Amino acid sequence: MDETITKTLDLKGLSCPLPIAKTAQAIRDLQPGELIESLATDPGAVPDFNAWCTSTGHELVEQSEDGGVYRFVIRKKG
Amino acid sequence: MTAMQATLEAPAPAQLEHVPHKKLVIMAWSGDLDKIWPTFILGTTGAAMGMETTIFFTFWGLFPLVRNEVHITGENWMQKMMSMMNRGGTEHLKLGKMNFVGAGPAMMKKLAEEHHVASPDELLEVARDLGVHLVPCQMTMDLLGLTKDDLIDGIEEPAGATTALLEAQDAVTLFI
Repeated sequence: MDETITKTLDLKGLSCPLPIAKTAQAIRDLQPGELIESLATDPGAVPDFNAWCTSTGHELVEQSEDGGVYRFVIRKKG
Repeated sequence: MTAMQATLEAPAPAQLEHVPHKKLVIMAWSGDLDKIWPTFILGTTGAAMGMETTIFFTFWGLFPLVRNEVHITGENWMQKMMSMMNRGGTEHLKLGKMNFVGAGPAMMKKLAEEHHVASPDELLEVARDLGVHLVPCQMTMDLLGLTKDDLIDGIEEPAGATTALLEAQDAVTLFI
């Protein structure tokens, strides 16, 4: 991916609902179209980030898992 | 380059922020830790999802909004006795089941800490930051002799059942 990530959130170790809540707090500071990256270890974050993007209209650009760390890249809705 | 174009073509952020497409209303009637905890989790999440979220605190549900440092509330002896038997504040909540004179909540809080589950206080702070409306029930305040000074900061003006039901008319409503 060649686009710049504006903000990265380290949410490792946090449980529901904080990974989503803190991403929602942080995305307020972004401009529409900008990317935010959230790193979480809560397995529940996988369905929750998908549900959150469906609900809010933000775009889940990328999701992956590496060594128990889930990575979500989200584009703020424009 | 595509990101740059998207940024330039996007409308002004002011028009996009805070456009809730759904509403969530929670009636918090219980002051038990095991009920107020999910109440704060769902309230915070609703706001994070862009839902206009309101929590009405009524009857026993109002106790969690009492300041932790306030010991005795009420104007007459019965109200004062009530507050002594059931101290308010997020730090003094009991479990609905298996309370064991406070051992249950202590174990629950320890487990939550070990599993990095946010405390009710932490959730309350996030909820307020995300704009959750926290509304105390006026009737319960009168019943228990609670004043606005007894309650935490950052909450709305007290209201009644009509306000709660009007708010709930076009909302997802939970009774916890």
